[in-house]
Amino acid sequence: MVNRLKKFFAGTYLGLMLVFLYAPILILIVFSFNQSKTLGNWTGFTFNWYAQLFSTPEITDALIVTLSVAAISSVVATVLGTLAAIGLHAMKRRDRLLLENISQLPMVNPDLVTGISLMLLFLFVGFRDGYTRLLIAHITFNLPYVIFSVLPKLRQSSDMLYEAALDLGCTPMQAIQKVVIPDIMPGIVSGLIMAFTLSLDDFVISFFAGNGVDNLSMYIYASARRGVNPALSTIIFVPVVTLLLIVNLKSIREERNAELQSRKVDMKR
Amino acid sequence: MKDKHLIELIDVSKAYGGDVALSHVDLYIKDGEFLTLLGPSGCGKTTMLRLIAGFIMPDEGRIEMDGVDIASTPPYLRKVNTVFQKYALFPHLNVFDNIAFALKIRNVDKATIESKVENMLAMVNLKGYGSRYIEQLSGGQQQRVAIARALVNAPQVLLLDEPLGALDLKLRKEMQVELKNMQQRLGITFIYVTHDQEEALTMSDTIVVLKDGVIQQIGTPTDIYNEPKNPFVADFIGESNIIPGIMLQDYKVRMNGVVYDCVDKGFGKNTEVDVVVRPEDIDIVPAEHARVVGKAVSVVFMGVHYEVDVDCGGYEWVIQTTDFVERGQVVGISIPPDAIHIMKKTKQTNLFDAVAYPDDEEVEFCGHRFACKGLESFRTRDEVLVAIAPADVRLVPPEDTELTGAVKACMFLGTHYEVTVTCDEEDWIAYSLDYMEAGEEIGLSVPADKIAVSANEAN
Repeated sequence: MVNRLKKFFAGTYLGLMLVFLYAPILILIVFSFNQSKTLGNWTGFTFNWYAQLFSTPEITDALIVTLSVAAISSVVATVLGTLAAIGLHAMKRRDRLLLENISQLPMVNPDLVTGISLMLLFLFVGFRDGYTRLLIAHITFNLPYVIFSVLPKLRQSSDMLYEAALDLGCTPMQAIQKVVIPDIMPGIVSGLIMAFTLSLDDFVISFFAGNGVDNLSMYIYASARRGVNPALSTIIFVPVVTLLLIVNLKSIREERNAELQSRKVDMKR
Repeated sequence: MKDKHLIELIDVSKAYGGDVALSHVDLYIKDGEFLTLLGPSGCGKTTMLRLIAGFIMPDEGRIEMDGVDIASTPPYLRKVNTVFQKYALFPHLNVFDNIAFALKIRNVDKATIESKVENMLAMVNLKGYGSRYIEQLSGGQQQRVAIARALVNAPQVLLLDEPLGALDLKLRKEMQVELKNMQQRLGITFIYVTHDQEEALTMSDTIVVLKDGVIQQIGTPTDIYNEPKNPFVADFIGESNIIPGIMLQDYKVRMNGVVYDCVDKGFGKNTEVDVVVRPEDIDIVPAEHARVVGKAVSVVFMGVHYEVDVDCGGYEWVIQTTDFVERGQVVGISIPPDAIHIMKKTKQTNLFDAVAYPDDEEVEFCGHRFACKGLESFRTRDEVLVAIAPADVRLVPPEDTELTGAVKACMFLGTHYEVTVTCDEEDWIAYSLDYMEAGEEIGLSVPADKIAVSANEAN
């Protein structure tokens, strides 16, 4: 009885939490199919808002900027971050801890500070092109997240693997390419997805760095006073949630596999 | 085995940030031999292996292979392959691709790769396992894959770093035999690292015993077992009675007050020596016919033999015999001359750099001030050298003194134990009547008149 009560409360608590977290977004999604422009007043089903999205040139431009910046910045950040992580891992302990902490600092730094300092830096060096500024800014704030997801994989993997590759005839470059990278691939992939997601929904940093080039969140902010097209937020939200789900499911599956494997080995023994 | 020297280490030294791992090591390895580097952990055996593999470079000295200095040749250009301690198999590749790895790097054609890998799989009894992943294999199977992966390249030398350490006893015994057979069949030089003396004795052509980065003895298993060069080797390899003795003249040695005939000579007259007698070489005889008589204080059945401790007044002999002896029984013991192995006494003194304070009649070393006599000829803060005989170092409970350290090693020398104590990064050698566990905390004290001070000539 007590157990059932416990279960009931645990379930209710979790349910309420999820409702509070997701209800606003759900409402937004539902009302993106609403005919009426005023939220909360359902007048009928329509795809109009979505149609309008793709017929408004400012929105399609912003969408292209968002997607291309996310794609390029996440790939560049992943390449740089992976190499940085490998380098960091090979360093002596004291230097490594120092550099590791410095590289993680931007993660706890408020976006506002990062954004304004990037803006000042661009102004200072007289760098004008908005799109490139956006790209550089996004690579900058993505980098620590990639390092953060690759480093633990490197620590898990054995340094012996690198030596084994050298021993079997690899040059140091080949060893990294053929053994180290494949071994830490799961970390690299989650770093990439993470970077892509963060870039997709960034507003604050882009706002300061963009210099006139708008991504979707900036467009939404700018048009908020005229009334937001609910479809707009929906198309940002859906890919973000999908990607996060992929990352989480992937790690759950990996854990389960590892557990299964260790159990199998145990059984054989 | 050919007589050609395949690998030669010439005056090789290596230190890690001030910690000496190998110091002035000279060693040659013959083509086709099974050589074992044997020693306790931290003796430098793995360092030596990694130097030969090319993962680290020596600070000093040359490493020659076929007469060419390879000390700075990177590992991927050496005709040497390694079986790693925890195998280091590639988790993202299956068994086939793990073994094929070295061949693919060398761009060998597909058909050759296929046939070579299949041959290797057959050799290590893993036929049909090619498509398995590493996590799906047991420890013993992973071990075989690691060996196959290292051998597929047909290296001139195979290095094995404690490869059997992770296996259970039965599997380990099987693998020992298998490895030895493999080595003889292939005629490849094996350099094998282990801390297990039994493993070394069973498998090797040559054993190199190492301690603290210095080679203690090189020889065949029989040589090392029967003629250990010093008490460390005798103690490390097999069980032994180590007892201080006096070499009266050639072929005569006195131990524990009794003169024995022996087969050693050339030590001079009335020289202090250490004597090693293996427990299985001592015979138990009826007491009435024996020159040496003692009481059996402990009798333990060990399966093949009994282990009997016989107290002969002052020294307790450990004897292995197949004859049953009653506990408490008085027995005679007889030691045949060829069972007595004489070793030069290893004279050991504790030497420390110190600073003199003649005004206080004190010297400072090991981060501690000691009361001391005979400082008149020095000025305050002079750098001096102090020498303390191990017998003068007193081991006391840690709460009774300010200077404490941790026991690093404890070795039985017949009448007493030789204890190595590390305190403030310096090793002290002291004698003790009781056994001490490694890691135990112990206090040290030295009487003021037992510290010999001399000018430090190094400065």
